[in-house]
Amino acid sequence: MHLVLFAIFAALCLAGAINLLVQSHPINSALSLIVVMTSLAVLYLLLGAEFLAIAQIIVYAGAVMVLFTFVVMLLNAGREERTYGSHAAKIVGFPAVAVFLAVIATVLLRAQGLGAAHLGEGLNAAKSLGAANDSSNLVVLSQVLFHELLLPFEVTSVLILIAILGAVALARHEGAERTAEK
Amino acid sequence: MNFLQQDVPIDWYLLLSAALFSLGVVGFLIKRNLITVFMSIELMLNAVNLSFVAFAQQWHAVKGQIFVFFVMMVAAAEAAVGLAIIIAVFRVRATLAVDRIDRMKL
Repeated sequence: MHLVLFAIFAALCLAGAINLLVQSHPINSALSLIVVMTSLAVLYLLLGAEFLAIAQIIVYAGAVMVLFTFVVMLLNAGREERTYGSHAAKIVGFPAVAVFLAVIATVLLRAQGLGAAHLGEGLNAAKSLGAANDSSNLVVLSQVLFHELLLPFEVTSVLILIAILGAVALARHEGAERTAEK
Repeated sequence: MNFLQQDVPIDWYLLLSAALFSLGVVGFLIKRNLITVFMSIELMLNAVNLSFVAFAQQWHAVKGQIFVFFVMMVAAAEAAVGLAIIIAVFRVRATLAVDRIDRMKL
Protein backbone atom coordinates (compact mmCIF):
# COMPACT_ATOMS: atom_id res chain seq x y z
CA MET A 1 0.00 0.00 0.00
CA HIS A 2 2.65 2.40 1.13
CA LEU A 3 4.91 1.35 -1.70
CA VAL A 4 2.17 1.80 -4.30
CA LEU A 5 1.33 5.28 -3.02
CA PHE A 6 5.01 6.20 -2.96
CA ALA A 7 5.48 4.98 -6.54
CA ILE A 8 2.45 6.87 -7.82
CA PHE A 9 3.25 10.16 -6.17
CA ALA A 10 6.99 10.01 -6.71
CA ALA A 11 6.27 9.48 -10.41
CA LEU A 12 3.82 12.40 -10.37
CA CYS A 13 6.43 14.52 -8.66
CA LEU A 14 9.14 13.75 -11.19
CA ALA A 15 6.73 14.12 -14.10
CA GLY A 16 5.63 17.52 -12.81
CA ALA A 17 9.20 18.66 -12.34
CA ILE A 18 10.18 17.54 -15.85
CA ASN A 19 7.06 19.16 -17.27
CA LEU A 20 8.07 22.39 -15.51
CA LEU A 21 11.29 22.30 -17.50
CA VAL A 22 9.91 21.45 -20.92
CA GLN A 23 6.90 23.76 -20.96
CA SER A 24 7.63 27.08 -22.57
CA HIS A 25 4.65 28.95 -21.17
CA PRO A 26 5.05 30.09 -17.53
CA ILE A 27 1.46 29.30 -16.60
CA ASN A 28 1.97 25.65 -17.58
CA SER A 29 5.13 25.57 -15.50
CA ALA A 30 3.22 27.03 -12.54
CA LEU A 31 0.49 24.41 -12.83
CA SER A 32 2.99 21.56 -13.00
CA LEU A 33 4.74 23.00 -9.95
CA ILE A 34 1.40 22.80 -8.14
CA VAL A 35 1.25 19.10 -9.09
CA VAL A 36 4.76 18.63 -7.67
CA MET A 37 3.89 20.34 -4.40
CA THR A 38 0.62 18.49 -3.90
CA SER A 39 2.25 15.11 -4.49
CA LEU A 40 5.04 16.14 -2.11
CA ALA A 41 2.32 16.75 0.48
CA VAL A 42 1.15 13.16 0.00
CA LEU A 43 4.73 11.97 0.42
CA TYR A 44 4.93 13.93 3.69
CA LEU A 45 1.81 12.11 4.81
CA LEU A 46 3.47 8.80 3.99
CA LEU A 47 6.47 9.90 6.04
CA GLY A 48 4.23 10.56 9.03
CA ALA A 49 4.34 14.35 8.90
CA GLU A 50 0.64 15.20 8.82
CA PHE A 51 1.02 18.80 9.89
CA LEU A 52 3.64 19.50 7.25
CA ALA A 53 1.48 17.86 4.59
CA ILE A 54 -1.41 20.21 5.35
CA ALA A 55 0.94 23.18 5.66
CA GLN A 56 2.49 22.23 2.33
CA ILE A 57 -0.90 22.27 0.64
CA ILE A 58 -2.07 25.49 2.30
CA VAL A 59 1.17 27.47 2.14
CA TYR A 60 2.83 26.19 -1.01
CA ALA A 61 0.15 24.78 -3.28
CA GLY A 62 -2.26 27.41 -2.01
CA ALA A 63 -0.69 30.73 -1.15
CA VAL A 64 2.64 30.73 -2.92
CA MET A 65 1.42 29.21 -6.16
CA VAL A 66 -1.62 31.48 -6.26
CA LEU A 67 0.84 34.35 -5.98
CA PHE A 68 2.86 32.87 -8.84
CA THR A 69 -0.08 32.35 -11.16
CA PHE A 70 -1.40 35.78 -10.25
CA VAL A 71 1.90 37.41 -11.21
CA VAL A 72 2.08 35.39 -14.43
CA MET A 73 -1.37 36.61 -15.39
CA LEU A 74 -0.75 40.17 -14.18
CA LEU A 75 2.40 40.54 -16.23
CA ASN A 76 0.79 38.74 -19.17
CA ALA A 77 3.89 36.61 -19.52
CA GLY A 78 3.94 34.96 -22.91
CA ARG A 79 6.01 32.12 -24.24
CA GLU A 80 9.61 32.36 -23.26
CA GLU A 81 12.13 33.02 -25.93
CA ARG A 82 14.44 30.14 -26.59
CA THR A 83 18.05 31.06 -26.63
CA TYR A 84 20.48 28.56 -27.94
CA GLY A 85 23.66 28.29 -25.97
CA SER A 86 27.00 27.13 -27.15
CA HIS A 87 27.65 23.56 -28.23
CA ALA A 88 29.91 23.03 -25.27
CA ALA A 89 27.05 23.76 -22.90
CA LYS A 90 24.92 21.08 -24.57
CA ILE A 91 27.69 18.50 -24.59
CA VAL A 92 28.80 19.15 -21.03
CA GLY A 93 25.35 19.82 -19.63
CA PHE A 94 23.87 16.32 -19.38
CA PRO A 95 26.95 14.64 -17.91
CA ALA A 96 27.31 17.55 -15.51
CA VAL A 97 23.74 17.10 -14.30
CA ALA A 98 24.26 13.35 -13.98
CA VAL A 99 27.43 13.89 -11.95
CA PHE A 100 25.64 16.48 -9.79
CA LEU A 101 22.77 14.08 -9.11
CA ALA A 102 25.22 11.28 -8.30
CA VAL A 103 27.13 13.47 -5.88
CA ILE A 104 24.00 14.63 -4.03
CA ALA A 105 22.60 11.12 -3.89
CA THR A 106 25.87 9.71 -2.59
CA VAL A 107 26.19 12.37 0.08
CA LEU A 108 22.59 11.92 1.20
CA LEU A 109 22.80 8.13 1.31
CA ARG A 110 26.11 8.26 3.14
CA ALA A 111 24.66 10.72 5.65
CA GLN A 112 21.78 8.33 6.13
CA GLY A 113 24.15 5.43 6.83
CA LEU A 114 26.20 7.58 9.21
CA GLY A 115 23.10 8.57 11.08
CA ALA A 116 22.10 4.99 11.70
CA ALA A 117 25.54 4.22 13.06
CA HIS A 118 26.07 7.38 15.07
CA LEU A 119 22.68 8.05 16.49
CA GLY A 120 22.02 4.51 17.63
CA GLU A 121 21.51 5.41 21.27
CA GLY A 122 19.63 8.60 20.55
CA LEU A 123 17.40 6.68 18.20
CA ASN A 124 16.53 4.12 20.83
CA ALA A 125 15.90 6.88 23.36
CA ALA A 126 13.64 8.68 20.93
CA LYS A 127 11.82 5.43 20.17
CA SER A 128 11.16 4.72 23.82
CA LEU A 129 10.07 8.33 24.27
CA GLY A 130 7.69 8.01 21.35
CA ALA A 131 6.35 4.74 22.75
CA ALA A 132 5.93 6.31 26.18
CA ASN A 133 3.73 9.21 25.25
CA ASP A 134 2.32 7.47 22.16
CA SER A 135 0.77 10.73 21.07
CA SER A 136 0.43 11.97 17.55
CA ASN A 137 3.21 13.67 15.75
CA LEU A 138 1.36 16.97 15.91
CA VAL A 139 1.37 17.04 19.71
CA VAL A 140 5.12 16.51 19.93
CA LEU A 141 5.74 19.02 17.18
CA SER A 142 3.65 21.75 18.77
CA GLN A 143 5.23 21.15 22.17
CA VAL A 144 8.70 21.68 20.75
CA LEU A 145 7.60 24.55 18.53
CA PHE A 146 5.79 26.56 21.19
CA HIS A 147 8.01 25.82 24.18
CA GLU A 148 11.59 25.49 23.04
CA LEU A 149 11.37 27.43 19.81
CA LEU A 150 8.86 30.10 20.72
CA LEU A 151 11.29 32.97 20.10
CA PRO A 152 12.31 31.83 16.58
CA PHE A 153 8.63 31.33 15.81
CA GLU A 154 7.77 34.88 16.81
CA VAL A 155 10.82 36.22 14.97
CA THR A 156 9.60 34.44 11.86
CA SER A 157 6.21 36.08 12.18
CA VAL A 158 7.94 39.47 12.34
CA LEU A 159 9.94 38.43 9.28
CA ILE A 160 6.74 37.67 7.39
CA LEU A 161 5.30 41.03 8.43
CA ILE A 162 8.42 42.77 7.11
CA ALA A 163 8.18 40.74 3.90
CA ILE A 164 4.56 41.84 3.42
CA LEU A 165 5.51 45.49 3.90
CA GLY A 166 8.49 45.09 1.59
CA ALA A 167 6.39 43.42 -1.09
CA VAL A 168 3.79 46.19 -0.94
CA ALA A 169 6.46 48.88 -1.04
CA LEU A 170 8.22 47.23 -3.98
CA ALA A 171 5.18 46.42 -6.06
CA ARG A 172 3.33 49.66 -5.53
CA HIS A 173 3.15 51.83 -8.58
CA GLU A 174 5.28 54.91 -7.98
CA GLY A 175 3.21 57.20 -10.11
CA ALA A 176 -0.11 56.13 -8.60
CA GLU A 177 -0.24 58.45 -5.64
CA ARG A 178 1.21 61.33 -7.61
CA THR A 179 -1.61 61.16 -10.10
CA ALA A 180 -4.03 60.77 -7.21
CA GLU A 181 -2.69 63.99 -5.66
CA LYS A 182 -3.17 65.88 -8.87
CA MET B 1 4.63 4.18 15.23
CA ASN B 2 3.96 4.10 11.54
CA PHE B 3 3.47 0.50 10.55
CA LEU B 4 3.20 1.33 6.88
CA GLN B 5 6.66 2.82 6.97
CA GLN B 6 8.43 -0.53 6.69
CA ASP B 7 7.68 -0.94 3.03
CA VAL B 8 9.57 1.93 1.44
CA PRO B 9 13.20 2.42 2.43
CA ILE B 10 14.16 5.98 3.29
CA ASP B 11 16.81 5.86 0.53
CA TRP B 12 14.13 6.17 -2.11
CA TYR B 13 12.85 9.38 -0.61
CA LEU B 14 16.40 10.70 -0.54
CA LEU B 15 16.97 9.71 -4.16
CA LEU B 16 13.70 11.39 -5.15
CA SER B 17 14.79 14.48 -3.27
CA ALA B 18 18.17 14.48 -5.05
CA ALA B 19 16.47 14.07 -8.42
CA LEU B 20 14.04 16.93 -7.72
CA PHE B 21 16.90 19.16 -6.59
CA SER B 22 18.86 18.37 -9.76
CA LEU B 23 15.81 19.15 -11.88
CA GLY B 24 15.50 22.44 -10.01
CA VAL B 25 19.11 23.27 -10.76
CA VAL B 26 18.63 22.40 -14.42
CA GLY B 27 15.54 24.59 -14.57
CA PHE B 28 17.37 27.43 -12.89
CA LEU B 29 20.09 27.21 -15.52
CA ILE B 30 18.15 26.59 -18.73
CA LYS B 31 14.92 28.52 -18.26
CA ARG B 32 14.84 31.95 -19.83
CA ASN B 33 11.82 33.41 -18.09
CA LEU B 34 12.32 35.22 -14.79
CA ILE B 35 9.20 33.72 -13.20
CA THR B 36 10.11 30.19 -14.24
CA VAL B 37 13.62 30.62 -12.87
CA PHE B 38 12.01 31.62 -9.58
CA MET B 39 9.78 28.54 -9.72
CA SER B 40 12.89 26.38 -10.10
CA ILE B 41 14.22 27.88 -6.87
CA GLU B 42 10.97 26.88 -5.16
CA LEU B 43 11.39 23.38 -6.57
CA MET B 44 14.86 23.14 -5.03
CA LEU B 45 13.51 24.33 -1.67
CA ASN B 46 10.84 21.64 -1.82
CA ALA B 47 13.39 18.96 -2.63
CA VAL B 48 15.43 19.93 0.41
CA ASN B 49 12.28 19.91 2.53
CA LEU B 50 11.57 16.36 1.40
CA SER B 51 14.99 15.17 2.51
CA PHE B 52 14.50 16.97 5.86
CA VAL B 53 11.21 15.16 6.43
CA ALA B 54 12.71 11.83 5.37
CA PHE B 55 15.62 12.20 7.81
CA ALA B 56 13.27 13.35 10.56
CA GLN B 57 11.18 10.24 10.03
CA GLN B 58 14.20 7.97 10.02
CA TRP B 59 15.77 9.35 13.19
CA HIS B 60 12.47 10.03 14.95
CA ALA B 61 13.58 13.61 15.43
CA VAL B 62 10.76 16.12 15.35
CA LYS B 63 13.24 18.99 14.98
CA GLY B 64 13.65 18.16 11.31
CA GLN B 65 9.97 18.73 10.71
CA ILE B 66 10.12 22.01 12.59
CA PHE B 67 13.01 23.05 10.37
CA VAL B 68 10.84 22.31 7.35
CA PHE B 69 8.10 24.44 8.89
CA PHE B 70 10.48 27.38 9.21
CA VAL B 71 11.79 26.83 5.68
CA MET B 72 8.18 26.98 4.45
CA MET B 73 7.50 30.24 6.24
CA VAL B 74 10.70 31.86 5.03
CA ALA B 75 10.03 30.58 1.51
CA ALA B 76 6.57 32.16 1.57
CA ALA B 77 8.12 35.50 2.58
CA GLU B 78 10.79 35.06 -0.06
CA ALA B 79 8.19 34.35 -2.74
CA ALA B 80 6.22 37.48 -1.86
CA VAL B 81 9.28 39.74 -1.96
CA GLY B 82 10.73 38.05 -5.04
CA LEU B 83 7.53 38.38 -7.02
CA ALA B 84 7.25 42.03 -5.98
CA ILE B 85 10.79 42.55 -7.29
CA ILE B 86 9.83 40.78 -10.52
CA ILE B 87 6.84 43.13 -10.91
CA ALA B 88 9.08 46.14 -10.28
CA VAL B 89 11.64 44.87 -12.82
CA PHE B 90 8.92 44.25 -15.39
CA ARG B 91 7.60 47.76 -14.88
CA VAL B 92 10.99 49.24 -15.72
CA ARG B 93 12.18 46.82 -18.40
CA ALA B 94 8.88 45.64 -19.90
CA THR B 95 10.36 42.15 -20.34
CA LEU B 96 10.75 38.97 -18.35
CA ALA B 97 13.53 37.43 -20.44
CA VAL B 98 16.58 37.03 -18.24
CA ASP B 99 18.91 37.64 -21.17
CA ARG B 100 17.60 41.18 -21.50
CA ILE B 101 17.76 41.91 -17.81
CA ASP B 102 21.52 42.08 -17.65
CA ARG B 103 22.20 45.42 -16.03
CA MET B 104 21.55 46.45 -12.46
CA LYS B 105 21.26 50.14 -13.25
CA LEU B 106 18.15 51.41 -14.92
